[in-house]
Amino acid sequence: MLRITNLHAGVGGREILRGIDLSIDAGEVHAIMGPNGSGKSTLARVLAGHPEYQVSKGEALYEEQDLLGMDPESRARAGVFMAFQYPVEIPGVNNAYFLKAALNAVRAARGEEELDAVEFMALAHDRMTRLGVDEALLNRPVNEGFSGGEKKRNEIFQMAVLEPRLAILDETDSGLDIDALKTVAHGVNAMRRADRAFLLVTHYQRLLNYVVPDVVHVLADGRIVRSGGKELAFELEEKGYGWLEAPVGG
Amino acid sequence: MAHALDRYITEWTRAAQFRQHRSEALARTREEALHRFLSLGFPTTHEEEWRFTSVAPIAERTFTLAASPCADAAAVNVAPFRLAGALAAELVFVNGRYVPALSRPSALRGSRVESLASSLAASDEAIESHLARIAPFERHPFVALNTAFLDDGAYVRVPDGAVLQEPVHLLFVATNPPDGASIMLHPRVLVELGVNSQAAIVETYAGPAGVAYFTNTVTEIVLAENAVLDHYKLQYEGLEASHVGATHVRAQRSATYASHAVSLGGALARNEVVAVLNGEGVECTLNGLYAADAQRLVDNHTTIDHAQPHCGSREIYKGILANRARGVFNGKIIVRADAQKIDAKQTNRALLLSEDAQINTKPQLEIFANDVKCTHGAAVGQLDDEALFYLRSRGLSDAAARQLLIHAFAADVLNRLPLELIRAGVEGRLKRQLAQALPIAA
Repeated sequence: MLRITNLHAGVGGREILRGIDLSIDAGEVHAIMGPNGSGKSTLARVLAGHPEYQVSKGEALYEEQDLLGMDPESRARAGVFMAFQYPVEIPGVNNAYFLKAALNAVRAARGEEELDAVEFMALAHDRMTRLGVDEALLNRPVNEGFSGGEKKRNEIFQMAVLEPRLAILDETDSGLDIDALKTVAHGVNAMRRADRAFLLVTHYQRLLNYVVPDVVHVLADGRIVRSGGKELAFELEEKGYGWLEAPVGG
Repeated sequence: MAHALDRYITEWTRAAQFRQHRSEALARTREEALHRFLSLGFPTTHEEEWRFTSVAPIAERTFTLAASPCADAAAVNVAPFRLAGALAAELVFVNGRYVPALSRPSALRGSRVESLASSLAASDEAIESHLARIAPFERHPFVALNTAFLDDGAYVRVPDGAVLQEPVHLLFVATNPPDGASIMLHPRVLVELGVNSQAAIVETYAGPAGVAYFTNTVTEIVLAENAVLDHYKLQYEGLEASHVGATHVRAQRSATYASHAVSLGGALARNEVVAVLNGEGVECTLNGLYAADAQRLVDNHTTIDHAQPHCGSREIYKGILANRARGVFNGKIIVRADAQKIDAKQTNRALLLSEDAQINTKPQLEIFANDVKCTHGAAVGQLDDEALFYLRSRGLSDAAARQLLIHAFAADVLNRLPLELIRAGVEGRLKRQLAQALPIAA
């Protein structure tokens, strides 16, 4: 589904990703872990098409398409979703209005009919109930005045409505209390399917207690330095990230 | 310049033949105003009040007073500018002249909503005691010019204790003259609200897109004690037009005045609001929303004169400027020496959609009392790139995301317009205008 080869990218002329190779197949859940500054969030943003990040080398194929050549909305319409590490507050834009517009843009691209207001509200209601998200969030401006947990829940709610094929969660678990963390994990688990893949960018092993990944990658200094099964996450939790420096440096 | 002003003497002399009423006092006022205008001349950018707004497009062009009565006025299509919904009255003016065939006058007992020309013909002393007295022309050339040509317009009077449940609409439409001349119109509106009365009054100014005409309007508003007025001014002039408008308000004790000024049209638009809070406990709200694209200029000058204690004012102006458009905002807040316990708040924000758009903004506080609360804030910005990316990352096109953010910026003021039918109308017009200003495929 996603095939990244020798990806180099950075921001403001500073190279952060220094040769990423990563393959994710449909149905898989991959976790990317790594210390602060290792390039985890940069990878997520580059894949989502953040305009501030420049790719200097390498490629990323998403379902055989050149992902890096697509604008952000085309990626979203093709089924790529990124849950933001810091969801943006947008005063004056109603959450429901925005999400309905987004869903209909995605549905149009999939050749599906647009939903009218009633159909959309029924869908939104269903997803919110399943995720245990407060329905009041729907009628508030996007993320404005939301608590940290509400913002992250809103991201997962959007994911559940948009039903992407590749979902990238950028530290969605950071700063959450245990209830919110369970909401996030539940949202991911409920959406796991044979034709959908997840890339979980996380700083902590904690999320992986609830979402069991197929593959864990360790990112350090802009490169994937180790990949393994879920037990790698426990190893990191136990030893911290310090031990990574030695094999890479030596 | 002198030669250009001579033209106005010719037109002024010609105007006498159209006149329907013969008040001597008014004749003197007109003549005085003409002389005042001739001695003041058009303002130049050397004058502080006009520093960023050149009126050359007006001063350098020859305008003709619209022929009157306009022969085919009743055939003018004013439908796009009518207000949909229940109204107390709708008066329609074509080229500054009242057109009964297009109007629906008030059927309300005791209230008067009528053409100013007919009120003047009846030589009503109450009118003459206020007309040209609320809006002084001694130092203002455009008010002087309007007063010199004072003839028709609207007169609204709501008696003591009366409450108009539905809004009054005053619609001023300019038309394309068949001979290709550039016309000018000088409508005057006089509003008197009695003690404990309440009304909503909407002024709309509109005209054809492709011709340069000149609207120079003056509105005078007198609010007696406890009167409540929601006053909308919707400036939808044609995109080649010049619009200069002055609204002067005098509010007595405990009156409530709210101005909702929307300025979307005109190549050159200057909107002035001067509110004198002339009694204790007056509440004044000034909401403003403007948008311009191409090389258009929109200038908003407001003055709130807190002349008495315990008055409050809330002012918020927001503007959207695209392409090479320019905006000017000047908000003056005066607090007189004895006017203690004043609470005044002013905000103005401009959204610049291009590198070439610009705004000149200036708050002006003149505070002579010591126990007052005055705050003001100005902000100029572009669309938030992070918000734009967030919306696009969910599938919205760049154009749709931009429109959504621009709309959200405007919504802050739109949501303060109490009348839903106005809010929807302004919203739709703004949306269409932005779609043209931002020609990006959706």
